[in-house]
Amino acid sequence: MNNSSSDNSQQSPQSTLLELSGITKTFPGVIANDSIDLVVQAGEIHALLGENGAGKSTLVKIIYGYYTADSGSVKWNGEEVKISSPAQAREMGIEMVFQHFSLFDAMTVRENIELVVPKIQSRTLSDQIRTLSKEYGLGLDPDRHVFTLSVGERQRVEIARCLIQSPKLLIMDEPTSVLTPQEADKLFEVLRRLAENGCAVLYISHKLEEIQALCHKATILRHGKFVAECDPAQEDSRSMAEMMIGTSLTGAVKAASTFGDTVFSVNNLSHQESDERSISLKNISFEVCANEIYGIAGVAGNGQTELMEFLSGERLADRADAIEIGGKQIGKLGIRARRKQGIAVVPEERLLQGMIGSMSLIENTFLGDHQVGNLAGNLWLNHANAKEHATRICEQYSVKHSGLHVDASSLSGGNLQKFLVGREILQQPRLLLASQPTWGIDAGSQQSIHSALLELAKSGTAVLIISPDLDELLLLCDRIAVMFEGQLSDPYDIGDLNAEKIGLLMGGSNIPQPGHSIHAD
Amino acid sequence: MPIKLVARATHSTLMMWITPLIALALSLILGGILFQVLGYPPLKTLYAYFISPISDSYGLSELFVKASPLAMIATGLALGFRANVWNIGAEGQLTLGAITGSALVIYSPEIDHFLALPAILVLGILGGAAWGAIPAILKTRFNTNEILSSLMLVYVAGLLLSVLIHGPWRDPAGFGFPESVDFPSAAVVPQLVTGTRLHAGTILALLIAATGWVLLSKTWIGFQVKIAGQPIKAARYAGVHRNRVVWWTLVGCGGVAGLAGIIEVAGPIGQLQPFISPGYGFAAIIVAFLGRLHPAGIIPASLVLALSYLGGESVQIKLALPIGMTGVFQGMLLFFLLACDLLVHYRLEFRRANKPIVTASQEQ
Repeated sequence: MNNSSSDNSQQSPQSTLLELSGITKTFPGVIANDSIDLVVQAGEIHALLGENGAGKSTLVKIIYGYYTADSGSVKWNGEEVKISSPAQAREMGIEMVFQHFSLFDAMTVRENIELVVPKIQSRTLSDQIRTLSKEYGLGLDPDRHVFTLSVGERQRVEIARCLIQSPKLLIMDEPTSVLTPQEADKLFEVLRRLAENGCAVLYISHKLEEIQALCHKATILRHGKFVAECDPAQEDSRSMAEMMIGTSLTGAVKAASTFGDTVFSVNNLSHQESDERSISLKNISFEVCANEIYGIAGVAGNGQTELMEFLSGERLADRADAIEIGGKQIGKLGIRARRKQGIAVVPEERLLQGMIGSMSLIENTFLGDHQVGNLAGNLWLNHANAKEHATRICEQYSVKHSGLHVDASSLSGGNLQKFLVGREILQQPRLLLASQPTWGIDAGSQQSIHSALLELAKSGTAVLIISPDLDELLLLCDRIAVMFEGQLSDPYDIGDLNAEKIGLLMGGSNIPQPGHSIHAD
Repeated sequence: MPIKLVARATHSTLMMWITPLIALALSLILGGILFQVLGYPPLKTLYAYFISPISDSYGLSELFVKASPLAMIATGLALGFRANVWNIGAEGQLTLGAITGSALVIYSPEIDHFLALPAILVLGILGGAAWGAIPAILKTRFNTNEILSSLMLVYVAGLLLSVLIHGPWRDPAGFGFPESVDFPSAAVVPQLVTGTRLHAGTILALLIAATGWVLLSKTWIGFQVKIAGQPIKAARYAGVHRNRVVWWTLVGCGGVAGLAGIIEVAGPIGQLQPFISPGYGFAAIIVAFLGRLHPAGIIPASLVLALSYLGGESVQIKLALPIGMTGVFQGMLLFFLLACDLLVHYRLEFRRANKPIVTASQEQ
């Protein structure tokens, strides 16, 4: 596979624009990029495909000069270069459109663009924007204020801001994640025209259909490693999903277990987000039974964060009956009231959400339901009981620490997470909600958290795990549903699942229309 | 060569308590240099500023008189600052407390009842609390920045006091001076030591600081205040309602500041005047930070700031230095404290500008 890159460069040496070979980048404890090769030809739309955490963002940030690679070489027009800052990358003709825009709402389109290219006179700049806009069908009026523009239009302002510099390579990071399908189609037209004019596009995405429709080439990454370079037109979504997710996942790992009664049910939970960066939830319904571990898979950023907030009570649903535990409607209860109903929550972020780094481990025990274990009344905190409780958590879940009075931030990620999971499990909940319970921690801690979760389910608790980590879900769960763009697929028994099926669901192909529309009417 | 601030991964608790002392030392050094430049012998002037005002027992008693309102208000402010509620308007809340507390005396000047003093103190607390409630309602309803609204209300309160004291509340037998009637003895805060101005307000200040300490470290309310100062996700996860904490801290601090205001009027001053505070409400901000937002630190810090007032008066009388020196010292202290804190939390990184190796213009 690794040879394919050099083959390409030999075929058309004059048109190879960018050639990366053996790029390696490590962060403390993580190898983000492990000897990655990438070849981009001039005038080519090249997809960079992979799951979350596959190393896509790190790689493009190296190209854009944000990071410097630890080893490996970067060739630009056949010449070896060292790109040490975004400013230098821009000077070379590399531009990047980020997932989250950086426009000033109160300024006009022209003023926003002027910030990047201050040397051009305002009047000629307006003309230039109009010309560009016509040439690429951007539909931009230089004098409109940004706050009046739609998300798609704002993105096109960002693109215009890049195009005005006549780039040779345009990097786009998940550009359609914030767009409607119509806006996405319009974006594809712009990108195709750009490619016709000789500008290469490096297109980051995990949406398979999109890549097949748009891209000439695709480089697939998995766990920081180069997997393959392929021609999306020649592949089908199945084969690309397989390459993206890996074939190591071959189905059931866990023996089927018997469930108890339904503990937790979500009924047509919907929420329209006003913030463009959040994903709106659409008619989400599912049930979790006692003794069951129910998994929600999906590429991060498809509404899992929002779903978790609504389930935990950090945000309230519009209807009380949207969420029920043991038959009691809790959709409009806050997190502390829900905790009293027996819900424990391991949130997505362990620091700054589940735990507070600048507080001691003892104080952090109060963050869970402090009324369980008699840690505090309505007025007084009981530090002695909290200390006892913290000691118990640390002993049972072997949390390594240098004293219960030290700041939580001094613990390693794994120990912090064990403390957090332990704190929540010791509340003996009827339902445990866990988001990415073992994200980014060492294998040992991962294993002990996994066995704690399995143990908990065995004791009769209903467990819901939301995680982008398929290995984890396949290891623990009895049933798995997949989230994509705010919708949840039907659940699949673990025995019926394979990597191909999950991959397709995660990439948005073949997502079943929610079968609950009957109830809605 | 650009300088960058890089956050430190950990910062030492010890340093957090040492920095106020460093800031104090730096202020003294720079103050000495300033005196030299102004043409005063630095050591002698520093002595006149910081030592001689408290070298007798009367001076010491004055130190406590000035430290009492500072410690009270700073305790209230510290709770708010912990919750990221930036009440800058304690001076206005103090003024309002002085006005509402005095109202009882203005409208029944002959009052002689053992409940008179408690009643005016309670009125003072309510007045300050009401003044604190205005930025609270603006913030929770309209998301108005409390720094601006509370600060602007300081001037409103000051002008309100001025209108009253130059108009309806002026003592008819006062020869036209803008002053109220003298407080009757039943409405005066009792003296602690005869021959000094040391009054029972000092004991109240200690009680308030102690209450603040207990509240912050032992109660669920204090814990919620601390969590409200954390990122919004942590507060939401803990089920803490930020708006509620905004109300508690602004109204609570307003009440304490109002109490400090009415104690000044009913204690050392003895009547309502156009100027009842030399900026205690603002100096208390420095006290709160110098005391590390902790009641146990606030008490010594309030003594330091009280000394800055006494010293300013002392060098004005003895050496004819302008009274503005007080503000200069207080400003230096806050500046050095914030600068030291910055370096405790961040380190400086000196970077050379990157030179591009290949530029677009080189390839033709």
